[in-house]
Amino acid sequence: MTRCIFFLIALICLTREPVALEPNEILKTPALEERARNISKNLRCLVCQNQSIDDSDAGLARDLRLLVRKRIIAGDSDEHVISHIVSRYGDFVLLRPPFNKWTLTLWLSPLILLFIGTLGLVFYFRRKVSLDISPPLSDPEKRILERIKEEKTL
Amino acid sequence: MIGEIGHFALILGFFIALAQGILPLIGTQKNNRHLMTLASSSAIAHFGAVITSFGCLMLAFITSDFSVANVAQNSHTLKPFLYKVSGVWGNHEGSMLLWVTILALFGATIAAFGSNLPRGLRARVLAIQGLIGSAFIAFILFTSNPFLRLDTAPIEGSGLNPILQDPGLAFHPPFLYLGYVGFSVAFSFAVAALLEGRVDSPWARWVRPWTLASWCSLTLGIALGSWWAYYELGWGGWWFWDPVENASFIPWLIGTALLHSAIVVERREALKSWTILLAILTFSMSLLGTFLVRSGVLTSVHTFAADPERGVFILLLLGAISGGALTLYAIRAPLLAGGGLFSPLSREGALVLNNLLLATCAGVVLLGTLYPLVLEAVGAGKVSVGPPFFNATFIPLVIPILICCPVGAMLSWKRADLAGVFQRLKFVLLFVILIILFTTWMHGVKEVLASLGLGVAAWLIIGSFVQIIERGGFFKVPLAQALTRAFNLPRAAWGMAIAHGSLGILVIGITVSSTWQIEMIQLMQPGETISIQNYKITFKGTNSVTGPNYSGVEGEFSVTRGGKNITVLRAEKRYYPAEQSRTTEAGILSTVAGDLYAVLGEISASGAWSTRLYFNPLVSWIWVGAILMTVGGLVSLTDRHFRVGSPKSAVKRPLSSPP
Amino acid sequence: MRLSAVIPIFCLVGIGVILAMYLWQLGSGQKSVGEIPSVLIGRPAPIFNLPPLTNEGTRFSTESLKNRVSLVNIWASWCPPCRAEHPSLMTLAKRGVEIFGINYKDRKESALKFLRDLGNPYRAIGVDTLGQTAIDWGIYGYPETFVVDRKGHIRYRHVGPLSTDDISNTIIPLLKKLEK
Repeated sequence: MTRCIFFLIALICLTREPVALEPNEILKTPALEERARNISKNLRCLVCQNQSIDDSDAGLARDLRLLVRKRIIAGDSDEHVISHIVSRYGDFVLLRPPFNKWTLTLWLSPLILLFIGTLGLVFYFRRKVSLDISPPLSDPEKRILERIKEEKTL
Repeated sequence: MIGEIGHFALILGFFIALAQGILPLIGTQKNNRHLMTLASSSAIAHFGAVITSFGCLMLAFITSDFSVANVAQNSHTLKPFLYKVSGVWGNHEGSMLLWVTILALFGATIAAFGSNLPRGLRARVLAIQGLIGSAFIAFILFTSNPFLRLDTAPIEGSGLNPILQDPGLAFHPPFLYLGYVGFSVAFSFAVAALLEGRVDSPWARWVRPWTLASWCSLTLGIALGSWWAYYELGWGGWWFWDPVENASFIPWLIGTALLHSAIVVERREALKSWTILLAILTFSMSLLGTFLVRSGVLTSVHTFAADPERGVFILLLLGAISGGALTLYAIRAPLLAGGGLFSPLSREGALVLNNLLLATCAGVVLLGTLYPLVLEAVGAGKVSVGPPFFNATFIPLVIPILICCPVGAMLSWKRADLAGVFQRLKFVLLFVILIILFTTWMHGVKEVLASLGLGVAAWLIIGSFVQIIERGGFFKVPLAQALTRAFNLPRAAWGMAIAHGSLGILVIGITVSSTWQIEMIQLMQPGETISIQNYKITFKGTNSVTGPNYSGVEGEFSVTRGGKNITVLRAEKRYYPAEQSRTTEAGILSTVAGDLYAVLGEISASGAWSTRLYFNPLVSWIWVGAILMTVGGLVSLTDRHFRVGSPKSAVKRPLSSPP
Repeated sequence: MRLSAVIPIFCLVGIGVILAMYLWQLGSGQKSVGEIPSVLIGRPAPIFNLPPLTNEGTRFSTESLKNRVSLVNIWASWCPPCRAEHPSLMTLAKRGVEIFGINYKDRKESALKFLRDLGNPYRAIGVDTLGQTAIDWGIYGYPETFVVDRKGHIRYRHVGPLSTDDISNTIIPLLKKLEK
């Protein structure tokens, strides 16, 4: 069953006429069009799932591109356009994962990993240093050392 | 008949590999010379059996023997010869056979060229290779057998996915596998060292060339895949942080860390247990990658059609191989005597920093790749992690690595004079600042990140060659003399300079092509001209095309510059009837300054075609940079000191001076 | 045993356990890769008002879903899996299940021909020529079928053609539960 869907989706991706962004979708106002492109680049094509809707050839991608532009013309802000789509498809449609309690570990991972690594390094160097510290000279040894120094300067 | 021979050879290979795995280890336990030397001969026999099997599968593909189910599912009589051959590894079962063949190849090479390895070490290394080999052959025989027969052979096969019928992609898997699977050698050496309880400079001198060779191959494999995506998939992108791309990138990152930490083991006999851990992890990441691609847990255009059953088998293999090695590491690592001391500010310290950052990069990419899976498994909903996440986290981590690279290469061992190194680099730093300022002035502050990228690239390119300049004596002695001196420098020094410098070329390619790409999307009637960069592109119209197994329509774009004809770009849309699928082929003109890239869209009601024309500045520098990195690695590989064998007795060599 | 040595093992075991769990979920059919769960489950159906397929037919709008338990099936004549699942829909209709259809990005003539050839199980059909209403329902594959309860809330979404197993194991029991 699930293979059916999978096959179907693959078929759609491969058999539709490859057509990513078409000239007739482009908005007249460059500033608005740029907003539309930037938003589209962050939305996952749900049919092919490995491209943004900006790059994808799927029919659904085109419909979503048109929807994004329609909402921009209607005056929605970028966040509103995105939430309009997320309310229909869920967080999965975002290529940039949202920042919430579930994704906290993900977003903070570089800092966490660097911290653990640095901690490890600090312990490593501490241990190395402590192995290197030789016991201080005892008094008789100090006197021998003084005598050698005197002899050298003579 | 061919199928039967291939099948039998594989089964034979399994038993030989098993023997190769078990007997020498018993030999090392009981100090039995005969059992230990059995390792070499069985490794060669193992390879013989597996390559025969692989050869049979290839023959079946070439002769279109459709009684073999694998051939029937993945080939077609009309397919061009090259793709009949590459079709062997264009599917799950065949590519696993390639995997296993390369594993056996590495074992046989160690057996053939490893006569100067101590007998016990060689026996253990080959034994581990044998065990891994037998495990994977078992995987093939039980879950992914390419030699299964069809009772009634169909007259025609189902063909190969047309996207895969391409020269770039034909060679991408072999290079990738030489890389991933090659890291099994470092793994085997690591486990062998743990079993012996000893890691020393000769061990590192043995491990480094194998790791370097695998790394070179993996670099080339990834670059090929990326280049292929760029010219084939029709939208000019070359990296999507797709889970399968990441699966090859993570071992690359850790493998790079391993390359660098092994240097410290060789020179200073320090960082031993960390290097062993890295060697185990690199191959484990290769195995994890294999799992991700073949188990069906991820959706990707790259994944093989696989099923969870195979996933379970690979997961068990991963658990046994990596888990076993890590457990051994946990028990034995404390035995590995610590080596030379060093100040944090030293060459060793720089290499440690390099490792820290690379390991963090690898960890972040791994986490990003697995995160959706993890959240879904625990029922926290479905989230997707795409390029925006990876770009936001990876780039800030990689920049310090790039900046420290030329500096670290110039620090001395044990305790270095950082200020002195900066003194030597002051002209480079000045030049870099000038570049950053100049680019910011030319393109504005909003593209300051690109300016910084160019600055980092210049820092890398020039900074990497400063040592060669110093040691050659350029600007101090006559040019001819300096050139001769430079030429006679050890190859390792040249290799390092080339590899690090070409990293800079790669950075330039990435920075410039992403920031200053020109894209023009419009409807064009035949005869219309568009200006892009300083080229004029005229759409000449379309004609139909036919190929050996496809038909389609081709758009012709004639390109002129300054009135002179340059070329004609042909952008195609193809239909492959056997596989019932379509592809686009972009028309590309590649120059040093950038690529012109033309894609044909749809025809509109008015007869005009929608076209997409791009100018991708300096994009070929990306692939050139990657190839040059591989060249640098190969140059290092031919350095004389790798070819000198390790001493048979335990006499300690004096530490060699730094390059 | 050193701490630094045990950490990698922990990580490996952790990853292994999660992957094994996921594999098990895939194998038992609980989850499937590539399938996106609907975010509309438990929420009211989107607001829409679609013209009918034929002039004599009734419009299909959000109001039509109130006070009855129904299926909403998104289909098109050019979609082969829709053709494959149609007999199952006919059987359900004959058993008295209320099925509404949204004709997705289709041509009237082709849709009518489809229904003439295979039968019409739909109580009402809304025409969604541009596919914008379908986006409001969150569709990404076709056909898709939704189960809607009396209050007009979506209770279940099925992507792809309905097999007889899907109907007897999931749809019918759910409909029975909602009817009560």
